[in-house]
Amino acid sequence: MIEQVVGACEPWSAVVPAASTLRIVDLEGNQAVDFLVYNAHDTAERYSAPDTIVAQGNVFLTAGSVLRSNLGNPLMTVVEDEVGRHDTIGGACSKESNTLRYGHHTKHQHACVENFLAEGAKWGLGKRDLVSNINWYMNVPIEEDGTLGIVDGLSAPGLSLTLRSEVDTLVLVSNCPQINNPCNGFNPTPIRMIVAP
Amino acid sequence: MPTVPAGSWPEPPEGVPASELTWAEVIAPRGATSKVLARGTSLRLRDVYGQACAHLLLYNAAEPWERLNVADTVKIPWQAYLGLGHPLLSDQGRVLATVIGDDSGRHDALCGGGPAARARFVNAAAKHGLEPRDLPPSVSLFQGVRVQADGSLAWLGSAGPGCAVTLRCELPLVVLLADVPHPVDPRPEPEVTALEVLAWRGESTKPDDPLWTSTPELQRAFENTADYWEARA
Repeated sequence: MIEQVVGACEPWSAVVPAASTLRIVDLEGNQAVDFLVYNAHDTAERYSAPDTIVAQGNVFLTAGSVLRSNLGNPLMTVVEDEVGRHDTIGGACSKESNTLRYGHHTKHQHACVENFLAEGAKWGLGKRDLVSNINWYMNVPIEEDGTLGIVDGLSAPGLSLTLRSEVDTLVLVSNCPQINNPCNGFNPTPIRMIVAP
Repeated sequence: MPTVPAGSWPEPPEGVPASELTWAEVIAPRGATSKVLARGTSLRLRDVYGQACAHLLLYNAAEPWERLNVADTVKIPWQAYLGLGHPLLSDQGRVLATVIGDDSGRHDALCGGGPAARARFVNAAAKHGLEPRDLPPSVSLFQGVRVQADGSLAWLGSAGPGCAVTLRCELPLVVLLADVPHPVDPRPEPEVTALEVLAWRGESTKPDDPLWTSTPELQRAFENTADYWEARA
């Protein structure tokens, strides 16, 4: 059993053994949690947003969604979701993409890719291992003409979701530090991670 | 099959001297190919018979750990559907290629290529020293998918024979291409037809091009790309 509070803007990682659960709690509400998952025994097999979207025929993640790998295999299943809808299209913020969206004066600001790189390095993962991720608690609707938005989250203080590992997985998390859009309510806050057998 | 030398291709695009062609190849149905292209190259993909599906991956040939990032490609322009003027962005806040011609309008950046494209990309990537870890989600051209209000996927399919998409390489690129059915093609035995590939020398997008200043985000992406290339070239 692991129970840890991940501070605002901080990274986190853990191995979640097969059949164990990982519960993520949005302690103060409206906090995006950037998330990648790998086969713990072969990290070349990793979360694939497109394979997940195709297999479930839907771009949103919610209870019942199976997180699939680049080989099409189930890595985790969403077994409980108090929020209702999560994003896997928008990817992670980076210092580099921040320069595009918000201007070069934001290059110094912390970003999810920095968290992924630092936390991934502890497990031998590098830049090549970063792919399109999940943004738990983030709301990214697509309008009829293809327009994307990052709009106010559907989450609220204390809402949680629970994932079950289908194989031994390695989970990488960035508690999103973005302060330039509403994905964190312009105010990053802590989350709680609970791994239970 | 490739036409070698490319300049012997019988039908260069209008206004392009045959001597400027650097790549001419017809990818057979369910085939794949790859090439390294210079910055400024125009790359035209044509769905000759109307049932091609061009799965595409791009890498910065100078530093191939910089590669296509489909999330930034849809997020930065706030647009999920690829089309004219859309940048194909890397993970480094730079433009790998821009869409400068498109008479199909039916493309996809959300569904990847499935097992068939992946198998071909594994081998194509290997020929450039790249491994399965180097394969990010890909985009595909000529077979459209749209997202409904509830998030579900709706199949559009092909816009018909003869459609072409032209990309301008904004950096030197490793280009991987596979012509296999789209993973959400609902037909039990999807038909696939040949994909024609032509490339010719040219210039990268310049600041006096209307595309450069079309949005503040794209202007900064072009500026980042020029800044990077001028420092290292």
